[in-house]
Amino acid sequence: MQAVIQATIEFVKQYWAPLVCSVAIVAILPLVAGYIVLVERKIMADMQARLGPMRVGPHGLLQPIADAVKLLIKEDIIPEEADKLVFWLAPVLSVAAALLAMAGLAIGPAFQIAKDINIGILFVVGISAMGIFGIVLGGWASNSHYSLIGALRSSAQLVSYETAAGMALVCGLLFAGSLNITSIVQAQYDQGIWFGLLAPVAFFTYLVASIAETNRAPFDLPEAESELVAGYMTEFSGFRWSLYFLAEYTNMIVVASVATTLFLGGWLRPFPRTTWLNFLDFLAPLAMIGVGVYCLVRTPKQPSRVQQIFMLAVAGLCFVVALVLVVPLVVPLFNRSLAAAVKPFHDGILGAFWFILKVSLYIYFFMWLRFTLPRYRFDQLMRLGWHFLIPLSIINVLVIGIAMIAGQYFNLTGWALLLTTVPASILALIVALFILASEQKSEPQKTSAAPDSYA
Amino acid sequence: MLSIGHYLFLGLALFIIGVIGVVTRRNVIVILMSIELILNAVNINLVAFSRLYGDVAGQVFALFIIADAAAEAAVGLGIIIAFFRNRETVLEDEMDLLKW
Amino acid sequence: MLDQVIFYTFAAIAVISAILTVTRRNVVHSAVFLITALLATAGIFLQLRAEFLFIVQIILYVGGIMVLFVFVIMLVNLDEAVRQMRFARQKWVALLISLALAAQVGLMFWSSRKMPGQGMPKFAAAPVEMLPPNSEAVAKSLFDTYLLPFEIASVLLLVAMIGAVVMAKKRT
Repeated sequence: MQAVIQATIEFVKQYWAPLVCSVAIVAILPLVAGYIVLVERKIMADMQARLGPMRVGPHGLLQPIADAVKLLIKEDIIPEEADKLVFWLAPVLSVAAALLAMAGLAIGPAFQIAKDINIGILFVVGISAMGIFGIVLGGWASNSHYSLIGALRSSAQLVSYETAAGMALVCGLLFAGSLNITSIVQAQYDQGIWFGLLAPVAFFTYLVASIAETNRAPFDLPEAESELVAGYMTEFSGFRWSLYFLAEYTNMIVVASVATTLFLGGWLRPFPRTTWLNFLDFLAPLAMIGVGVYCLVRTPKQPSRVQQIFMLAVAGLCFVVALVLVVPLVVPLFNRSLAAAVKPFHDGILGAFWFILKVSLYIYFFMWLRFTLPRYRFDQLMRLGWHFLIPLSIINVLVIGIAMIAGQYFNLTGWALLLTTVPASILALIVALFILASEQKSEPQKTSAAPDSYA
Repeated sequence: MLSIGHYLFLGLALFIIGVIGVVTRRNVIVILMSIELILNAVNINLVAFSRLYGDVAGQVFALFIIADAAAEAAVGLGIIIAFFRNRETVLEDEMDLLKW
Repeated sequence: MLDQVIFYTFAAIAVISAILTVTRRNVVHSAVFLITALLATAGIFLQLRAEFLFIVQIILYVGGIMVLFVFVIMLVNLDEAVRQMRFARQKWVALLISLALAAQVGLMFWSSRKMPGQGMPKFAAAPVEMLPPNSEAVAKSLFDTYLLPFEIASVLLLVAMIGAVVMAKKRT
């Protein structure tokens, strides 16, 4: 018994940081996901020329909390003759997979829960692929036809686009040379160029595939409200539904983080190696100061005293963040000797800012697409995945590999590698479009939406 | 301290449970799932020995076994679907068309 | 100590899930327990420092093969199957023979502990800190020494893909 206690104390002493971070993520992520939903509703409103949630809290900022309370106090309905074990297990599987995938991500060079996994990116992709079971088992356990069809369609879509996403990641990994997340970002630093610029077709493929992977519009037929009554999520209400919801938004954050790490430079600022662009580092605190000033300017225009105080609080928060960001930048200017000591903070905090900015832009792009494009029909969706994206990504891996060998032969690195990869990418795109066009000519376009063998 | 024996016994346990599943259950899909258990037991053995001798060949062999298991599961399930369409059964003692 | 705790946890989960897989009446429950057994096996791989195999097990086995199983189970799920006999008529003889096999192999393992010079070695051959990065080592071996089996495996997968599609197609 004594040895067990001793060993536990040793374990906690060695691994206290990842444990605390894990608990923090599991505690804070539902709140973050709730606020991403609020942001989505506000952006949706903005694109539809209206205001969005405004009643609950100043400018609707307490809406997620109201939604969470509502979901928690709802009655827990289990359908009759539903399989209770699997009905309980399905949302748990989705959420567990999504949250576990968050553990492999790195926000900054020092902000990683599971430090230096040898298989970094593959870990994240593989664990988030386990979330498919939550969908399939949830649809089956609901004992309802619509749920089952929605679940089978959704999982078929996820499995189809997983291949294309994986091949797109392989393309980016060809440049990186390692699966370790820190090494990938370090490789982008060493070559001075983001891999999304070196392999734009791979980035595009991963973008489209990740939209399909997270069941977002325009690929959200399996869970659209007008189609299958919310598909596999139909029979889940209250807390179980909020788990599925949390899993979906966490998956969005995970795919955005993977794309950012591999294609958008991770925590590096644009042009990380050119020293005469070092003033770009100041963009981070300046942006936060700008937002704070905007909040201050809008304060007198708020209708009530509570909302004015709230705006002042938000402005104050922005200024505090700007202060935190500016300290590692300004200290080396005043005191040269402290530059080396401050560098980890510099890389860490500013890196975290750039990472969160890129992830937010990626998620904003998701939301932009959701409110702009109409939904794909299911057979069109499968055709796009199998007949276009998979050939495109496989051919892309081939030609980018050849381009890399050509680049090594001519000793091109960094930006000069664009000379070989851009023609290669264009070639891959042309070949894939040719394949798609010849598919379209060979099979007659189906006028009805009757799928034949996948439910 | 863990020795190779621990992993060998774990592999043996999974193997025997898989064998019991194959020879005992009637449902053909459960038989296929038990075959997957057997393959996993073999994988555990291979990886344990790979770690013991520091040779990565054991893990490479396990990788090939996983790829092979995927192919076999796909073909096996295709056969089950085709048979189910004809005979409406997935029980192994009702698949007796070739019996005299 | 941590190694032992992780090993015993994953081993217990694997064995219990395997037993439940083989004995459940509902086939979907069997599939769910097989998923947990495969995840526990992946955990054993991770504990043996085979990180690439751990993630390949999760991506291929759990995320690929088991999804296929669950799809097919849903396609062929008959309600009456729940009320029929689970076990075949030969179950007692089969159980006896399997346990005899288990006893044989177990005895072989157990007796080799005591052989002088050939006992069960402990894991001192490759201490953890000196292991090369796992993905790189597997990749080097796969593309260097075992390139031919690798290519044959890809042809095998192509053949299996074609075969599965042909067999599952509806004959319209």
